[in-house]
Amino acid sequence: MSQLILRRVGMMILIMLVVALLLFLMNEGDPRLIARSVLGPYAQDQQLDAWIAQHGYDRPIMVRYFDWIGRVLSGDLGDSIIYKRPVNEIFWDRLGNTGILAGVTFVVMVVVALTLGVLAGMKEGSAQDRVISVFSITTTSIPEYASAVLLAWIFVFGLGWLPGTSAMTGGFNVVELILPVMVLTLYGFGYVARMTRASMAEVMTNHYIRTAMLKGLPYRHIIMKHALRNALIAPFTVIMLQINWLLSGVVVTEFAFGYKGFGALLLEAALRRDIFVIEACGLAAVFVAVFTQTIGDLGYTYLNPRIRFK
Amino acid sequence: MADHNGKDNGNGEAPVLDISGLRLSYYTRAGEIPAVMDFDLTIAKGESVGLVGESGCGKSTVANGIMRYMGKNGGIVGGTIKFQGRDMAEMSEEEVRRVRGKDIAMIYQEPMAALNPSLTIAAQLMEVPMIHEEVSEEEAFQRAYDMLSAVHIPDPKRLMDSYPHQVSGGQQQRVVIAMALLSRPALLLLDEPTTALDVTVEAGIVELIAELSKESGTSLLYISHNLGLMLEVCDRICVMYSGEVVEEGHISSIFSWPKHPYTHGLFGCIPLPHADKNARPLNAIKGQLPLPHQRPKGCYFGPRCEFFQTGRCDSDHIPMEEVFTDDDDAHRVRCLRWNEIDHDEARTVETTRDPIEVGDTVLEVDNMRKYYEVKESTLAAMVSGGSVRQVKANESISFDAGEGETVAIVGESGCGKSTFAKVLMGLETATEGEVRLDGTDLGSIEVKKRTPEQLASLQMVFQNPNDTLNPSHSIGYQIGRVIKRFGIESDPAKIQERVHKLLDTVKLPRDFVNRKPRQLSGGQKQRVGIARAFAGNPKTVIADEPISALDVSVAAAVTELLMDIQREHRTTLLFISHDLSAVRYLADRIVVMYLGQIMERGTTDEVFAPPYHPYTEALLSAVPIADPEVEKRRIVLEGNLPSPLDPPKGCPFSTRCQRKVGSICDDEPPPVQLDGDDHSIACHIPLDELREVEPVITIPDRDLEAPAAPQA
Repeated sequence: MSQLILRRVGMMILIMLVVALLLFLMNEGDPRLIARSVLGPYAQDQQLDAWIAQHGYDRPIMVRYFDWIGRVLSGDLGDSIIYKRPVNEIFWDRLGNTGILAGVTFVVMVVVALTLGVLAGMKEGSAQDRVISVFSITTTSIPEYASAVLLAWIFVFGLGWLPGTSAMTGGFNVVELILPVMVLTLYGFGYVARMTRASMAEVMTNHYIRTAMLKGLPYRHIIMKHALRNALIAPFTVIMLQINWLLSGVVVTEFAFGYKGFGALLLEAALRRDIFVIEACGLAAVFVAVFTQTIGDLGYTYLNPRIRFK
Repeated sequence: MADHNGKDNGNGEAPVLDISGLRLSYYTRAGEIPAVMDFDLTIAKGESVGLVGESGCGKSTVANGIMRYMGKNGGIVGGTIKFQGRDMAEMSEEEVRRVRGKDIAMIYQEPMAALNPSLTIAAQLMEVPMIHEEVSEEEAFQRAYDMLSAVHIPDPKRLMDSYPHQVSGGQQQRVVIAMALLSRPALLLLDEPTTALDVTVEAGIVELIAELSKESGTSLLYISHNLGLMLEVCDRICVMYSGEVVEEGHISSIFSWPKHPYTHGLFGCIPLPHADKNARPLNAIKGQLPLPHQRPKGCYFGPRCEFFQTGRCDSDHIPMEEVFTDDDDAHRVRCLRWNEIDHDEARTVETTRDPIEVGDTVLEVDNMRKYYEVKESTLAAMVSGGSVRQVKANESISFDAGEGETVAIVGESGCGKSTFAKVLMGLETATEGEVRLDGTDLGSIEVKKRTPEQLASLQMVFQNPNDTLNPSHSIGYQIGRVIKRFGIESDPAKIQERVHKLLDTVKLPRDFVNRKPRQLSGGQKQRVGIARAFAGNPKTVIADEPISALDVSVAAAVTELLMDIQREHRTTLLFISHDLSAVRYLADRIVVMYLGQIMERGTTDEVFAPPYHPYTEALLSAVPIADPEVEKRRIVLEGNLPSPLDPPKGCPFSTRCQRKVGSICDDEPPPVQLDGDDHSIACHIPLDELREVEPVITIPDRDLEAPAAPQA
């Protein structure tokens, strides 16, 4: 097992280095473009050359790449071109905000999706199954911007229960988190629920479920102990992919509620060519993607002993 | 065998199970499907009753009905199932749950599928007493441990921490048995408990069940299609056909004087020791089992019966009649004509065939070896370098087969017979040695590099017909494609004509060309598989367990078909099988393999009579024979097949051999001793000593006639 972890972590580092290289080549491949972004459209060629020499951009690209890697590892992400401040000052704050949103959504979504998926799958074809299936297909097919408007209309303008923006101007406020979490959960849970349902339905037809039934075990015990773990193997991968989506795919929702998150920062940076912010965001997104997949693979072998002992 | 029987076992004790007039139905879109009709059965304490019949006859439905486990769309329509005097139909869900696993337990056909892959064996065993008797975890662990020891598992502690896929099939079945017996049930249902296991493993399991049930007085209901097994394990049997019992009685009575034409037919389908492919061929039952909603009027067996009388057999539903009035040994049959039919007379009109004359040698296997390399990928192995180990899947295989000859390769799973087939087919190449077909070495040519002629001349019939046909293509397309690929015909009309001819050969209607595999029964699919194999006029056909997935009557028909085609085309047949009864029936020569090596080789008569290799001896003893007059010596092998990664240094069979001489067996490979021209035995024991071994099977000397039945 420890050997497997070692190998996976090694793979993870390798992938990170390769993706970081691509990211670096795309953003900092041409030093003049960087100088142009930093100094603005009216800077003259001499100024650009001076800037390039001053900041070491005349060195070979691979030297610059490893220099950059070294700085990132030591915690220096560079300065934002737009905000004229170290990226560190803005970036971690935004990442934290999205972390909170994504974390809460993830917990709510996984609990809802697994519960509904299991309830639907354990009695395939029943009324219970059909209601859940139709509901999850419907919510999944409504895009976030539409459900954001719809939910805001109900809870903000209709009932007046919740605030319409989530800018957290007065410090962290749980109430402001409710609407974004609802929108994301409604959109995202369908995939996991459908997957869980299919997997659960398949597991329930297995002979070992019959064995458990004919052993005289209570139905609850059969579902929780015999079916659930086997049924989770397939949706587990999808669940891990959702984390990825929760980090970088929530731009629309963040924008809709004015939430100061990572997605909004990345979008802003990309539109205004804020190179060092783009790089930091890119690295973070890749890290989360690779990390969750590694966790996913390791968890998969835990869930499925047939793989673990091969 | 127990001498008690029927409703009352003489001690005035109530029966454990009392089923009367039971009717079980499934409800589908097509309406009600009566799966079991008018079913009666009583099982006394400690009694062992068998339920025999072919797939689709309703025997498993009966078991599910007893457990009240019929799914959403099935249920009890009429009659009662009384377990220990309580009506199962009237119990609440909770009461049924308490009976399941505690008072009635079940053992299943596929132990691997019956165990949860992601829970340890300990967890799966311990929950039984923990749920049913609310014992503590320590207590449950102890009970599970004791029970595993009771089912003769060598290292229970290690096994309990294992997951099901980590242990062998035989051990898995022992775990399932331990699980069933943990709460000391009054009734044990066994649904084909040994069908998925090797014969030598089967012998051990059967003995174990008998031993444990005797100890605790558990009643047994065996469900199987294997008549030979029934004879060994049951006191009474019920023969089922199309949802109802057609004959029931004491085992000796049914086996000696079967009265129902169907029971008779079943015996005619199994290769008993006195059957002979030329002088006394198998007698397949014509036709097919009717679907539940297409049952004929009157006798359900009518359309397939040789003794059918219009106006009589097809008028009213046939009631059960008593053959013996004797209360203790009730033999009942559901046939109007049981008293009129003289089966012996009917037997005399059977066909005989001339033996095939074996021609020149077609296939020569010369010192063929197949080694696999297994790379170890642990860190330790990578660091130390030496990380490649060899698996000797086939070691020095040599034999030859002539034109029109049938050579059987016999052995249990893991003996290397499938690897051998792969090398012949070109899916693997031989590591050393040659496999010559008509003088050309094919052993080193992989299948992609073989010419169409080479491909066509060596074809294969596979074990499971359900998996070998592509579900989305029609039968005609699948056979036609082979004809085209082998370059036999290229004109579409000619291909079509040839497909029709092949269908005629395998006795399938020509309009099957447009059917999809799902519209065919298992036997029909296997016929298509045979047609496909014979499409290019092969010189040699490898048949890998071609009948083991089929029902007895279907298997008989397919066996006869194979031999008819062989006779006509003078094909060399390599018959790979673990079923020695079938092998004895149809093989001319036999090669016995164990752990990749040939243990014994000779003509069928030579292999089936002393001198035996000790492994052959054990195999012969393990095969159940459905004839009460055949006497058999019991040899039960201990232990498991050794891992091919770490085979014994000396004789491969030394770890399990019942005749082991001493350390020489462990340390030195056995010499190949020749007895006569072609009979060889690889063993350390001198031939003279092996010659003195008593025969395993003694067939009574009778002039091929069944003993006369006593008059009722």
